[in-house]
Amino acid sequence: MGVRIERSEIAGIGVRHDVVTKSGQRVGVLIYRDDRRELAMYEANDPDAIAHSVSLTGPEAEAVADLLGHTAILSQLSELGSDVVGLFTEHLILPADSKYLDGPLGDTKARTRTGVSIVAIVRGTEVIASPTPDNRLEIDDVLVAVGTRKGLDDLVNILAKTNN
Amino acid sequence: MHLTADTLLLMEVGGLLLLMSVLGRVANRLGQSAIPLYMTLGLLFGSGSVLSLDASTEFLHTGSEIGVVLLLLVLGLEYSPTELMSSLKKNAPAGILDALLNAVPGAIFALLMGWGPIGAIVLAGVTWVSSSGVIVKVLRDLGRIGNRETPTIVSILVMEDLAMAFYLPVLSAIVVGATWAQGFITVAIAVGLVLFVLIITYHFGSKISRVFNAHHPESLLLGVMGVAMLVAGIASAVAVSSAVGAFLVGIALSGQVAENAEKVVEPLRDLFAAVFFLFFGLQTDPADIPVVLLPALALAVVTMGTKVLTGYVSAARAGIGVPGRWRSGLALMPRGEFSVIIAGVAVSAGVDPTIAPFAATYMLITVISSPILARVTDTRWFKKRTSTVTSTSPVTLGGDGRH
Repeated sequence: MGVRIERSEIAGIGVRHDVVTKSGQRVGVLIYRDDRRELAMYEANDPDAIAHSVSLTGPEAEAVADLLGHTAILSQLSELGSDVVGLFTEHLILPADSKYLDGPLGDTKARTRTGVSIVAIVRGTEVIASPTPDNRLEIDDVLVAVGTRKGLDDLVNILAKTNN
Repeated sequence: MHLTADTLLLMEVGGLLLLMSVLGRVANRLGQSAIPLYMTLGLLFGSGSVLSLDASTEFLHTGSEIGVVLLLLVLGLEYSPTELMSSLKKNAPAGILDALLNAVPGAIFALLMGWGPIGAIVLAGVTWVSSSGVIVKVLRDLGRIGNRETPTIVSILVMEDLAMAFYLPVLSAIVVGATWAQGFITVAIAVGLVLFVLIITYHFGSKISRVFNAHHPESLLLGVMGVAMLVAGIASAVAVSSAVGAFLVGIALSGQVAENAEKVVEPLRDLFAAVFFLFFGLQTDPADIPVVLLPALALAVVTMGTKVLTGYVSAARAGIGVPGRWRSGLALMPRGEFSVIIAGVAVSAGVDPTIAPFAATYMLITVISSPILARVTDTRWFKKRTSTVTSTSPVTLGGDGRH
């Protein structure tokens, strides 16, 4: 399923790409010559005029893109489990001071201790599906975990344990 | 006190620049371009006024010449050959409409005023070209760069600038008063040269740019300014017009070189462009203005109207809605640097001297009124009158009543 993207060159100033949604709304991404970016929303009753725009520096634009990309992957993954009674899916962010950071996934003994299955690790825009116990856990990793409510809560506490 | 020509020069130029800085701030506050204020300052101090500044005239004249070179150089640097080509391909009809609707009234008017066929060609150019500088500034101030009608507006400006590359040499040749044969040859050389540079740049642009080191600001600045002035001078010598020479240098440079060159040259461009407008005011006798005021106003009203029509029709062709069409039309109204350059070329070659104060007055009227009129489309009155969308009820999902 393709997404409708329109490209307009603004000579001497930059380029604008518009994503036109299925419902007919339009999101504009302006890229200026000096690498500044602007995210633009158009007015409802005058679709040619900008209603509001947000200026983004290069790093800020990357952050927005990351977040958008992240949740797209995660929402695809969390389609699992919602039909099965009592089973929940959670995205657990590995705490920065966790004792399991930089160690193998197997050290958490998640399945043995809590019955939770860790079905994927999301690292930035990369998704490691069906991780093995040898997979190293790195900073800012998000663990996609499937289990009972209690099991998931216990796992959160386990991951939060620090080295002190 | 020991007043030599040099000390007077320093004081006069320094004082003028300081005044212009204050005027620039005022203009900024009012959301206006500073150009009218610079020209008015020149009028106050110019020929026939109370305080004449003789020591600085020659310096300001030179500064004004450099101003033209830098204005056109930076304009050329902003555009890449691919942008020029794609603007042409997509919007050629709009460019032709623009020329017809806006150059013709100027020509007719000049004939009515008795300025003859040469005057007609001069005035046609004056009324034809909108000021890219003023327009882009207004669009930025009003936050409209991302609007969907903006690419249409900008591509019309691009085509006008491209057209000027051919018009100015033709004008220079004609104004010099050469015989038909000589004139034709000069024009043919000029046009050929421009086409040659455009084609070469399109295909070999990156190789040309490698002459300069994009990452050493000082040598880049000196080099780019040097080549621009050199080429402008040569161009002027062969009657191709210095402005076109500088413009072609700007177009010939591309990529990182063009980007960095633009950054280092821009402050100098600001300084010398300001001097350019100041000097034009200095050269104009304010006493000449009242006579031309009403005719200039009449022509301004007519040609501002034709610009609105140009913008409206071009935007409609591009699929823009009604409010956007009006925005396009109103945005294109101001005239600026090119009109003054053209009038200057005409006067320095001895065409009717009334043309200079006329062109100045005409330009001032458009530059002052256009930013104000461009804001009309943001008023509630306008939005109500042009609102075309009827309210639609939100789409409901599933008709079985369950939510």
